[in-house]
Amino acid sequence: MPTVLGEDGEILNTLAVLPALENELFQLPTGDTISQILSMLFYVVFIVFLFYGQRIQMYVMIREVEGSLYKLKYIRDEGRKTAIETIKEIGKTQTDPSARVDRYLEYFTISPQSMDPAGIVYKLDHILDVRDTRLKDEVKLMAPAVDEVQTNNLENTLEAAMALNYIYKVVRHYYIQGKKTLSLYTIMQLQMILPLVMKEAEAYANALKAFAYGQPIGDGAGPLLAAKLMHGYEVRKVPKDCVVATVPIEGRTALVIKAEGPGGNVGKPGDAVKAVIDENNGQIASVIMIDAGLKLEGEGVGEVAEGIGAAIGGPGVDQFKIEESISQYHIPINAVIVKEDIGDAVSPMRKEISDAIDKAIERVKSVILERTKEGDKVIIVGVGNTIGIGQ
Amino acid sequence: MSKTASAPGTAKISTFVLLTVLIVLALSIVALGMAANAFLTGQEIVAGYLAVIGAIAMTLSVYVLIQSRRHVANIKIANPAMMTTIECRKCGFKNVREFQRGDYVFKELESCQKCLDTKMMITAIYKEIKEKEKQYPF
Ligand SMILES: [Zn+2]
Repeated sequence: MPTVLGEDGEILNTLAVLPALENELFQLPTGDTISQILSMLFYVVFIVFLFYGQRIQMYVMIREVEGSLYKLKYIRDEGRKTAIETIKEIGKTQTDPSARVDRYLEYFTISPQSMDPAGIVYKLDHILDVRDTRLKDEVKLMAPAVDEVQTNNLENTLEAAMALNYIYKVVRHYYIQGKKTLSLYTIMQLQMILPLVMKEAEAYANALKAFAYGQPIGDGAGPLLAAKLMHGYEVRKVPKDCVVATVPIEGRTALVIKAEGPGGNVGKPGDAVKAVIDENNGQIASVIMIDAGLKLEGEGVGEVAEGIGAAIGGPGVDQFKIEESISQYHIPINAVIVKEDIGDAVSPMRKEISDAIDKAIERVKSVILERTKEGDKVIIVGVGNTIGIGQ
Repeated sequence: MSKTASAPGTAKISTFVLLTVLIVLALSIVALGMAANAFLTGQEIVAGYLAVIGAIAMTLSVYVLIQSRRHVANIKIANPAMMTTIECRKCGFKNVREFQRGDYVFKELESCQKCLDTKMMITAIYKEIKEKEKQYPF
């Protein structure tokens, strides 16, 4: 037997048994014919790719989107299941909440008309209030026996399920539209943003689990810092869903504000800051806001940075109100942020973030020392969702 | 809204695609066999062509199979354990246990085993991610 092609020798040796059989099965044409056929084949492939290359590329993309869509559907269904199970477990209800949950998942909110934007903040604020009340009422109907803390947690759980449902539906919409119209550009746009969409969906899936169990999330960095400062001091409620404590720090008086825990709740820091400033007739030396800030890729989780401005996310209503009240009395505003990415912000709190709080407290203290005098009053606001964090 | 949550990862590859892949796989094996045959009968160039075609076809079909298996295997939501740190503010006794429903930071628990007059308190709740993130040289 002649030596065969190096490494493939093993395979070819075993295949060498076949020839006897093969010679009978297919009469092997001469080399000339074969090379003619091969070059014909090559031309055919070339022409096919020339004219249908784009279409082939599109089918590859559609397949990719399909794969992600299966995953999104699975995540959505799991989220719905977790929500229903949590309601059954916490609410101890006899009736099946599935139908109500399904209705809840389809809720929508229409933002106010912005053609004439004057005064839109208070309109938006009102709409959001109505939404919040409505969703809480709905939760109470599903699970009448639960307390305030668990109502908040269930509302958050259901909102995460709602977000997952919405993401799945939008991706499905563009997928079907792309398939119907066979438009490369529809499919391409979808395929391009898909990695980000998937990351967000996974983050919401993690958030849903955290809300269902009442675990602190990464966004809770601000409230955790405030809680650490105010713990052991007398706490009173301020509007809306917030608490404030008077804490002596470095010879100054700090009014520490956070959302009321440990239920899932972000409160309305805008209203709380306004109330506290008004109580003190504007005699505030500085407002210091602490929040979880989005990190760029390459930055470390739990890095602490400081700057100027109202550090608060969300629809913008609270940022507007805070800016309005501080500019009325010309109060300087400082911000300290704990860096994390969007996934960390809504999923259970990482150890790096929990550990970064002590560093952030040191930063807040240095801001107080450098920016205010002894005897001054400062407001410290821990912004974020206080789920799993008491005070 | 579908009431039945479909079992993930089963029958996601359409039978048509599977059939095509299997046919291509079979053809690639035949092509390799023919290549061996041609080589043995001294037609080196033909053997080379056939071997290349067979190899490409085989790689492609195996790739498609693995690919469709992979996106099925991908569906999993990571769930690292949450830890709760319990501390005694008086003697500094510290204990870390798994998170239980109802835990929250600054929740007071039962009294400390050493100093019976002080209650233990939850001081931190976090998840620890073991795997290191990929490092880039910047
Ligand atoms: Zn003790």
